[in-house]
Amino acid sequence: MNNKLIIKPLTGAAAVSEAMRQIDPDVVAAYPITPQTDIVMKFSQFVNDGKVTTEFVPVESEHSAMSACVGASAAGARAMTATASAGLALMWEILYIAASNRLPIVMPVVNRALSAPINIHCDHSDTMGARDSGWIQIYCESAQEAYDNVIAAMRIAEHEKIMLPVMVCQDGFITSHAMERVDILEDDKVKQFVGELNLPFPLLDTDNPVTYGPLDLFDYYFEHKRQQSEAISHVFEVTDKIYNEFEKISGRKYNRVETYEMEDAETAIVALNSTIGTAKDVVDTLRQKGEKVGLLFPRMFRPFPAEEIAEILARLSAVAVLDRSETFSGTGGPMLADIKSALYEKENKPVILNYIYGLGGREINPAHIEQVFSDLKEVQKGNEVEKLTYLGVRE
Amino acid sequence: MKLNIKDLPKIPERLGPGHRLCSGCGAPIVAKMVLMGTKDPVVVTNATGCLEVATTIFPYTAWKTPFIHSAFENSASTAAGVEAAYQSLKRKGKVKEEVKILAIGGDGGTYDIGLQALSGALERGHDFVYLCYDNGAYMNTGIQRSGATPRGSSTTTSPAGEAVPGKQQFPKDLTAICAAHKVPYVAQGAISNWKDLITKASKAFAVKGPAVLNVLSPCPPGWKHADDLAVEISEIAVNSKIWPLYEIENGQWKITYRPRENKIRPVEDWIKMQGRFRHLSRKENHHIIDEIQQWADENWDRLEKMEKATSNQGDSEEKQK
Repeated sequence: MNNKLIIKPLTGAAAVSEAMRQIDPDVVAAYPITPQTDIVMKFSQFVNDGKVTTEFVPVESEHSAMSACVGASAAGARAMTATASAGLALMWEILYIAASNRLPIVMPVVNRALSAPINIHCDHSDTMGARDSGWIQIYCESAQEAYDNVIAAMRIAEHEKIMLPVMVCQDGFITSHAMERVDILEDDKVKQFVGELNLPFPLLDTDNPVTYGPLDLFDYYFEHKRQQSEAISHVFEVTDKIYNEFEKISGRKYNRVETYEMEDAETAIVALNSTIGTAKDVVDTLRQKGEKVGLLFPRMFRPFPAEEIAEILARLSAVAVLDRSETFSGTGGPMLADIKSALYEKENKPVILNYIYGLGGREINPAHIEQVFSDLKEVQKGNEVEKLTYLGVRE
Repeated sequence: MKLNIKDLPKIPERLGPGHRLCSGCGAPIVAKMVLMGTKDPVVVTNATGCLEVATTIFPYTAWKTPFIHSAFENSASTAAGVEAAYQSLKRKGKVKEEVKILAIGGDGGTYDIGLQALSGALERGHDFVYLCYDNGAYMNTGIQRSGATPRGSSTTTSPAGEAVPGKQQFPKDLTAICAAHKVPYVAQGAISNWKDLITKASKAFAVKGPAVLNVLSPCPPGWKHADDLAVEISEIAVNSKIWPLYEIENGQWKITYRPRENKIRPVEDWIKMQGRFRHLSRKENHHIIDEIQQWADENWDRLEKMEKATSNQGDSEEKQK
């Protein structure tokens, strides 16, 4: 590989805006919200310094941000936005419209708690609430991962078999505002990788007028939803292909399901985003003590790589699913439901513990992760352990 | 743009026949007339509403021009996105021709739920035309009151009841709200005055930056009038001054049509044509008609004052120097 090594000290937010600069989308429509603000601010500077050719639309709300992206993408432009928390919640209606119209919009999301009470810090209740909107969801542990995956997401979204929008999620403040060492690709490499966009049926092809968003009743709506499911069924194969291509230009390999020390693991933690970083450290320490522990990170959460995850987890004796959001279903967090359901068909199933943690930015420390592994050990010994724990809360 | 009624049929229709709007509906006439205001290709964005649902029942579409419906409250922001894409792709040479962008919404999608998106798009200065076809209620969902519903009107959420005789409030002044954004062109029109309306549409399309057209759109089932009266009822609205025709061009207010003395009608004539006001003919409700008349007169007076105050703006600035 003849890559020029470009290393920059960047926050997660800055890394994402750097990726956006290199992608140089035709249209960016965005509204500021903590902790996504740094992405929009930095990108605005690129616009006003003439570093990008993007038409920037500083909209009056996230609802309009997503609406403008829908208009721009349907018109034939490569469109991006970025948001967090309440902003994503305000977009909710239009998220479905973007996905259902098969518009390949890429949106970095900085995960933040939802109100009330108002809280600006990290949890995953925002994107978990949008998990059934038809968007592809990719989660990122670090600024590097966020940078890389925003670039890869563009290709996944725009693939002719997919044509669906993608959220690329990172943890608010923990990742978005922490400075990291980030390997940056050369501008030309990114430009070449994302390539020229040629969307089918653009509104701006006025010689061939098309109608987007018609009234679609009981006689056709279902077929259109079925086609959407069909597109989703191709996401895994396309993602694998794009991740392989991305490895060729970056030397960094991504997988839909990431594992850490899982080859001979007996117990494991399943978690998303920055918590994986903390947990890796704990796994290293426990491994030194001879404990067979591992980690599983469903990088792609929508669509959910259920079979692959079940294959890995079925042979374990106990698994802890860490959810950084609450469903209020009374049965645990959102990821728990997916993991349990993935394992249902398996003959041998691990005992599954669920931990709701880190809501509103409550810290998750190595000690918490150690406690989880210690609980899993108790399960292995045959002892009774609480199935649902609110980790780090004052009861 | 010189307009002759004989030439109108020669202008290609961009909203074709075969749509399923009610017989006698004003909305397709509004849309067709406004689309006659430019020869350039037009991309239409349309808020959820009668015009949208009845023209695009899948697998059919009545639109012979590129069209997108996204949601109820975002016609303006969807248009903003289309316009941004157009500017971007034109700059890069990927789109060569001149394209106009027309955002359409009913009064519910404009006065109420879409007002924020509209305000934002006007403030940002996108080069587009926003058209509100104002039929004075949420007709698509079954005639519910909106911010545009006239005082006294009976709707399904402001019904004429034993205790409350229809809608209590006067409509908000959307046209003035848009004008307050200091955009290059804002106008109010009616299908009865086709020449006035198409001229306004052509001005709206011609200006660089945002333009707004607020056009009265009679609704036979909502207003409860015969379905051959849309044009006549518009004409009486204009001549009774409850729907004045005027424009605000670069800050200058101008009444574009002054009914001659012998044409002026009391507002009551307009009210009496419509079943939605039937309860106002009761003696105890008659004061509401008087109030509406007063409201219309005051509105007209204000327009006259605005016209006077903003006429020859350039000259007075010159004099001050």
